[in-house]
Amino acid sequence: MTITRQVSFLVTLLTFILILVSIRNARSGRLPEIRKIPGLEAIDEVVGRATEMGRPVICIPGSGDVVDSSAVQTLAGLAIMQHVAHRAAAMGARLLVSVKWPNVYPLVLEQLRQAYLAEGKIEDFQPMEQVYFVTQEQMAYILATLGIMQREKVAGAVLTGFFQADSLLMAEGAAQAGAVTIAGTTRTYQIPFFVAACDYVLLGDELLVAGAYLSKDPVKLGSVQALDYLKVLAIAIIGIGALLATGGLEKPLVKLLKM
Amino acid sequence: MRKELPLGIAGVVGFIVLLDYFLKMPSLNSLSKLLQDWAIIVSGFALALAAVNLVLRHTSILTQPQKKTDERIYSAFLLLGLAYFTITGISWGITKPPFKWAYDNFFSPVGAATFSILVFFIASAAFRTFRARNREAIVLLVCGVVVMLGNAPVGEVLWKGFPGISAWLMKIPNVAGNRGVMIGAALGSIAIGVRTLLGLDRAYLGLDQ
Repeated sequence: MTITRQVSFLVTLLTFILILVSIRNARSGRLPEIRKIPGLEAIDEVVGRATEMGRPVICIPGSGDVVDSSAVQTLAGLAIMQHVAHRAAAMGARLLVSVKWPNVYPLVLEQLRQAYLAEGKIEDFQPMEQVYFVTQEQMAYILATLGIMQREKVAGAVLTGFFQADSLLMAEGAAQAGAVTIAGTTRTYQIPFFVAACDYVLLGDELLVAGAYLSKDPVKLGSVQALDYLKVLAIAIIGIGALLATGGLEKPLVKLLKM
Repeated sequence: MRKELPLGIAGVVGFIVLLDYFLKMPSLNSLSKLLQDWAIIVSGFALALAAVNLVLRHTSILTQPQKKTDERIYSAFLLLGLAYFTITGISWGITKPPFKWAYDNFFSPVGAATFSILVFFIASAAFRTFRARNREAIVLLVCGVVVMLGNAPVGEVLWKGFPGISAWLMKIPNVAGNRGVMIGAALGSIAIGVRTLLGLDRAYLGLDQ
């Protein structure tokens, strides 16, 4: 195993331990507090607005799949979509979901079904009318989704997950249809597009803690606390690295890491 | 059992693939490869399910007289396209003229045209963003204008300092912010991965709310 993989293995192992310890703490009642995240607080506003206007909300759990490197963002997007589905079912708003990858399609169907079931509104769930799979081709998918936004005159759009060139096209398309938009991704190339086009944006790991924030589940909240400990550790390592570099001592370390 | 079994399978398979990344053990590596091949087969079933949904949905739109005419026309085009590409792709292959001709002459130009409308979307989004409504928006506006002038030839003509300031903004504050986001995202990804592997995060099965 190369030194890079050894470091990576150690970080993963440390994360495992920290998360398990934090989850145990959270289960024993010591729940961490998470600051208010405006983008997630605005979900009720978006769904409520759509209900009052009698227009639908569209939810897009990113254009990533669940079997590649975009999986984590897709899962985070699906967690937010599930919350939107609960609120839409409870408030009586029509929810539309546009899906790019066939692997994500059955997950969306099941999540929506469970959400409507939990809210006692299973008779309102119409999979054929609410969940759209069009194509895996990027541009065709964007066009189809923009078409849905324009035809249905969506009042709200929640775009969370992995996005590529579709980020700005979808966000601006939703804004032009008159929707209040909430977007989030961890991709640094796409965040500026969302900042430019959307009303609320989840920056970086705000997307990844959304599941914990919305569900208030002790297990998930515990893992968020572990995430903060790891961030402090990362900041400390960066600080030490900066000091070493300032003192001209970084070369032996770099050599070691390149072995 | 209906929920525990998928969670168990996801956890075991996830751990095998994760260990494959770190360890060089021939038996583990080949098992991981086999599982990843299986994932492709499972994806095939998901594609079939999604394709059936697509056909049923658009056939239903075509057969409902109360639907708008334009919506029915779009559905007809979609079903025709789906049938054409499926039949020609299976019969002649995707590199032969019946498939390739239609792909190159219909599909590709539409894709390129879609990508090109990005410029108009950038303009309209930038117009909304760069309105100096508060302090943050003013900072954004000033930085945006400086970077734009630093990259455009006219900027250097106006003042020689623009390219230097633009490069500093892009290399120092921009990279620092980006790295912060990337480190947070990487650690957050590990946290979600761990929760999913251990079966503690079951949101993807529609539970946990």
